[in-house]
Amino acid sequence: MTVTLDPSTEAGPGSPKPGSPVRLAGLRRGYGQVVALDGLDLDIAPGELVSLLGPSGCGKTTALRIVAGLEHSDAGAVLVDGKDISKVPANKRDMAMVFQSYSLFPNLTAGENVAFGLRLRGVSPAERRKRAGELLELVGLNQHYERYATQMSGGQQQRVALARALAIEPKVLLLDEPLSALDAKVRVQLRDEIRGLQQRLGITTLFVTHDQEEALSMSDRVAVMNAGRLEQCASPDEVYTRPATPFVAAFVGAMNRIGGIASGTEVEVLGQRLVVTQAPEVPAGSKVTALVRPESVLLTPATAGNVRVARSSFRGPVTRVTVELADGTEVDSDLPSSAAVDLRPGALADIRFAPEPVMVIQ
Amino acid sequence: MTAVVDLSATPRTAARRKLGKGRVAAWLVLIIAALYFLIPIAASVEFSLRGVHDTHDLSTWENLFGQPGFLDNLVTSLELAAGTVVITLVLMVPTTAWVHLRLPRLRRLIEAICVLPLVIPAVVLANGVLVAFRGGPSWITGTPVILALEYVVLALPFTYRTLDAGLSAIPLTTLVEAGRNLGASWLTVLLRVVVPNLRTAILNASILSAAMVLGEFTIANLLLMNTLPVWTVQAGQQDGEVATAASMLILIVTWALLLLMSVFGQRGARRTGRSS
Amino acid sequence: MAETKFRNRRQLDLLGLLPFLAYVVVFLGVPTVSVVVGAFQDDAGGWTLSNIGAAVGDPYLHAFVVSTEISALTAVIGAVVGLAIAFAVSASPPGGVLRQVVSTASGVLAYFAGVPLAFAFIAAIGSQGLVTKWLGALGLDITGFSLFGFAGITLVYLYFQIPLMVLVIFPALEGLRPQWQEAASNLGASRWQYWRLVGGPLLLPPFLGALMLLFANAFAAYATAAALTNGIIPLVPIQIAAVMSGNVAVGQENLGNALGLGMILIVGLALAGYAWMQRRTSRWLR
Repeated sequence: MTVTLDPSTEAGPGSPKPGSPVRLAGLRRGYGQVVALDGLDLDIAPGELVSLLGPSGCGKTTALRIVAGLEHSDAGAVLVDGKDISKVPANKRDMAMVFQSYSLFPNLTAGENVAFGLRLRGVSPAERRKRAGELLELVGLNQHYERYATQMSGGQQQRVALARALAIEPKVLLLDEPLSALDAKVRVQLRDEIRGLQQRLGITTLFVTHDQEEALSMSDRVAVMNAGRLEQCASPDEVYTRPATPFVAAFVGAMNRIGGIASGTEVEVLGQRLVVTQAPEVPAGSKVTALVRPESVLLTPATAGNVRVARSSFRGPVTRVTVELADGTEVDSDLPSSAAVDLRPGALADIRFAPEPVMVIQ
Repeated sequence: MTAVVDLSATPRTAARRKLGKGRVAAWLVLIIAALYFLIPIAASVEFSLRGVHDTHDLSTWENLFGQPGFLDNLVTSLELAAGTVVITLVLMVPTTAWVHLRLPRLRRLIEAICVLPLVIPAVVLANGVLVAFRGGPSWITGTPVILALEYVVLALPFTYRTLDAGLSAIPLTTLVEAGRNLGASWLTVLLRVVVPNLRTAILNASILSAAMVLGEFTIANLLLMNTLPVWTVQAGQQDGEVATAASMLILIVTWALLLLMSVFGQRGARRTGRSS
Repeated sequence: MAETKFRNRRQLDLLGLLPFLAYVVVFLGVPTVSVVVGAFQDDAGGWTLSNIGAAVGDPYLHAFVVSTEISALTAVIGAVVGLAIAFAVSASPPGGVLRQVVSTASGVLAYFAGVPLAFAFIAAIGSQGLVTKWLGALGLDITGFSLFGFAGITLVYLYFQIPLMVLVIFPALEGLRPQWQEAASNLGASRWQYWRLVGGPLLLPPFLGALMLLFANAFAAYATAAALTNGIIPLVPIQIAAVMSGNVAVGQENLGNALGLGMILIVGLALAGYAWMQRRTSRWLR
């Protein structure tokens, strides 16, 4: 089900409200022994969509909930429009959140759900109905006004939840893994719709997810988190091609780990010399691990090749070929399927790496 | 009416509601409730420990078993409990297993039937028994046998639910087919395949029935039978201390049975790696 | 060929239910039907409505009124107090002490009703009771308070009404997702507004259902009242017992059946209401 963003059906005032800048400053939060957040600093520009990406337990949801006011921080502050709102109660923060599941109030219809925030603000019933109707149309569900949550699919429920959040024209939109509980196809579709709406309305948005594909495709910037700390916050392209830390390199996209020998500003891997992104502090000649992306691993079939194909997995336009090195290490290579035709399990091949700088760890 | 609900099971919701300003009120309610529920128990204990002239001793308890009629009625109640349990198991274990095995679509109907005893008040049931079975064979209707037969009905809501839950937790069809495949008769399958796998559920159902029987007063009283609760009330007309002690004894035995149930339940779960 | 075999198999399967059905019919169905039918019979075996007539006249109407009043009162008080307790437990940390204590207590107190309960209260606030003596030492004379009166029975009945309420309403309270309160708060609602617009409406059906269950429970209760009052208090179950033991005028045996029929109808109606409310609740309570 696609939504066409026709300007003539735009909800709310004539022009989108300019977004509000958000700053997270030094947020800390612990639960007994566990440290959920260890000094998080993040600036979000007006109208920007920033994803908080990381494995479970990295603190991304905690950070989001602190911004929303649903949890308090042990230290640090949250500033919106330059003002510290850390002491402001959750229901006065002018933010709206979309949850992963069970978002909608089950005793209200979709329309009543969307109108909920308006009702609290004293908007008249007639005006409420009108605005709720417009918002539901914006998310493509204007036929569902009278339906209840249990009568709608997961994707539809999340759309209504989004409409409900947008109804109050919040300064900040907070999304807590809103797509995680949905089917893959619905997820992809809704992803684009959310991004489209967000851009059109120019709302500053903080989006929590553990799915890197989601983060990379939707965000203006991606903030990769690990163990309560921010590892890197940059554009999707930069996070992918120029990861700042080994964690980011390994978490975002797939990464091979191949043994090599350090040599100043270069590393020697399987007979090939590659420039390193940052010289490790080890004496030359010591063993290090090079991180290479599968798409930077080039294989050519060769009868006297130095690696053997272990398995090959056809994925449509790309085939992932896994080869085994002499020392038993497995290396993944993503090749255009046409180039992988002769690389069947058991075949021998030559391995080369794309001449780009690689990240090296001890 | 009893219901078996585990309040301490971890709820599906991770975050908990904060009480905020209501905290004081909540604790006040809990404290008053605790007092309300504990004082009568404490009073019972104290009452049963009263000796002569404001002293406290164990005289009432020591003399309890010697009270005229006590032992006989205690034995009757215990026999009734055992009898009810036996009849219940013989009737309900095969029935519930059969429903699960061959008539799964009728499960809701059977469940509805087994809830009926809750709709008919015990008083009315007793009345009905008196009216309907007036002319019945006296070895049934004139003796506690009729009580056991009716107690089976009274216990149906709990016993069926317990056995039903236990059966839902085991791969019944597979087990039975395997047994039959190896040449076992239906009886053998029942005794050697179904029952051993239902140990916990059977134990729970038995204990719930026994506990109910030990404390049951209404039907026993109205059918003029001599069970321990009936004796207790009669004794209470003369000696409140004896009656209080006797009723406490009933409670203690009941709670001991319930404790047994939870202990065995946990042990069974640990052994088999699951809980029914 | 296979079809007839299947049909016979099906009939054979149903045969397996015969012992159970026969048992239920004989030991539950027959007594119940006897009561219902007997309500409309006179001593000679003919049909009459005189039993019904007598049952809704004095003094039995008074018993119905009192039973209804006590059942309603203990249901309302029990529901409110039970809800408060359940609420406090629901807000406590999961796996904490409070939950364990209340869980065990509710299960254990359920077996208290009847004979032990009656004697426990006599031991507490009877004329020789512990609390009576304590209050007497403080200068408060409560020996005038009768356990056998309206107030006394109410106080005693609450002992099993409250735990029942806690058990019944707790799943509904736990079923209120925290996301709903958080979303409401997010959209600008205060706690009071959340309860008024979302939480309250969601809890209303299970609350009403529980009320009806408590009502049925109290109305049907016999043992506690009998053990406590020895038949003095005018409650419908007590009246039925009196008729059964022959404490009525000759020719009124079937009156007991009429009273029983009345009880079945009232209790059945209340439980039907409870079941209906449960179905409405299950729409959102997973």
